[in-house]
Amino acid sequence: MRCGLFAAVLAGGLMLGGGAWAIGDPNEALADKAQESRAVAIGQQLRCLVCQNESIEDSGADLARDLRRLVRQQVAAGQSDEQVVQWLVARYGNFVRLSPPFEWSTVLLWGSPLVAVVVGGGIALFARQRRPVAPAPLDAAEQARLRSLLDT
Amino acid sequence: MNRRLLLLVPFAGVVAAGAGFFAMLKRETEGTFDPRGVPSMLIGKPVPKFALPGDPGFGAADLAGKPILVNFFASWCVPCVEEADVLMGLQRAGVAIYGIAYKDKAPATAAFLDKHGNPYARLGRDDPGLVAIDWGVTGVPESYLIDKDGTVRWRWVGPLTAEAVTGSLEPLLRQYA
Repeated sequence: MRCGLFAAVLAGGLMLGGGAWAIGDPNEALADKAQESRAVAIGQQLRCLVCQNESIEDSGADLARDLRRLVRQQVAAGQSDEQVVQWLVARYGNFVRLSPPFEWSTVLLWGSPLVAVVVGGGIALFARQRRPVAPAPLDAAEQARLRSLLDT
Repeated sequence: MNRRLLLLVPFAGVVAAGAGFFAMLKRETEGTFDPRGVPSMLIGKPVPKFALPGDPGFGAADLAGKPILVNFFASWCVPCVEEADVLMGLQRAGVAIYGIAYKDKAPATAAFLDKHGNPYARLGRDDPGLVAIDWGVTGVPESYLIDKDGTVRWRWVGPLTAEAVTGSLEPLLRQYA
């Protein structure tokens, strides 16, 4: 029983702490839990421009910390998720999105799985057609000849 | 169609890729291409509104009347030392350079400029680094060419090199003079 209570308290503590743990410094977190989790969700889609392969929520870079703070300011000011992302895209371009939108400059990026399927399928079909066809069954004359050869 | 011609397709692909990479490397050594550069959203747009304190500080309204090179730098930034000579050369050639000290402390900036030379006609201080974010700066050093109408024409990420100056900046300075 005591053990169970301890586990429940621990689990509760972990769940409460979850939001603040996403970033290094709990002081950065917004007081409003709902707003904080929105800010985390937004930050996870945004690239840290210093380290380039981390989101601003994961990065320890100075610029990422500034961007986290700006994202939180805008969330607290009542901006929608898309407005916050657009605000950053206006400054840093679509590069700041970890998931780039589908547009002309990203056609090749998003289309590459389709290209791979088409090219791979084409090669597979081509190879199938080139496979040697099974020889036609022997006709009566050939079977007679075969038999006579085997009998000798 | 002659099926043997099909064999040329992969060959042509390799040649095309090779030519592409060669052009990329050539433009990189000429200073007209930066492989790590993220395209700036400001090109062709007016400079974002700002006003920075400094020595003497400046704001968006001051970037007009002549082409101005705006250089974001910091005393703690190692590549900024690398470009110091290039900037001093530009200053001697008569290019107006306005500096923005990014997240720096005034005495440290002053010591840096004493040591490596001060190419800046005006010096703004962006201690919180928020003006840099409005400009889309990803790190220091970063340089922007503003034409006489206050429109951003060019951005260079990282230390300015002699090649970038001759290959990109000088033609643009002539164009927007």
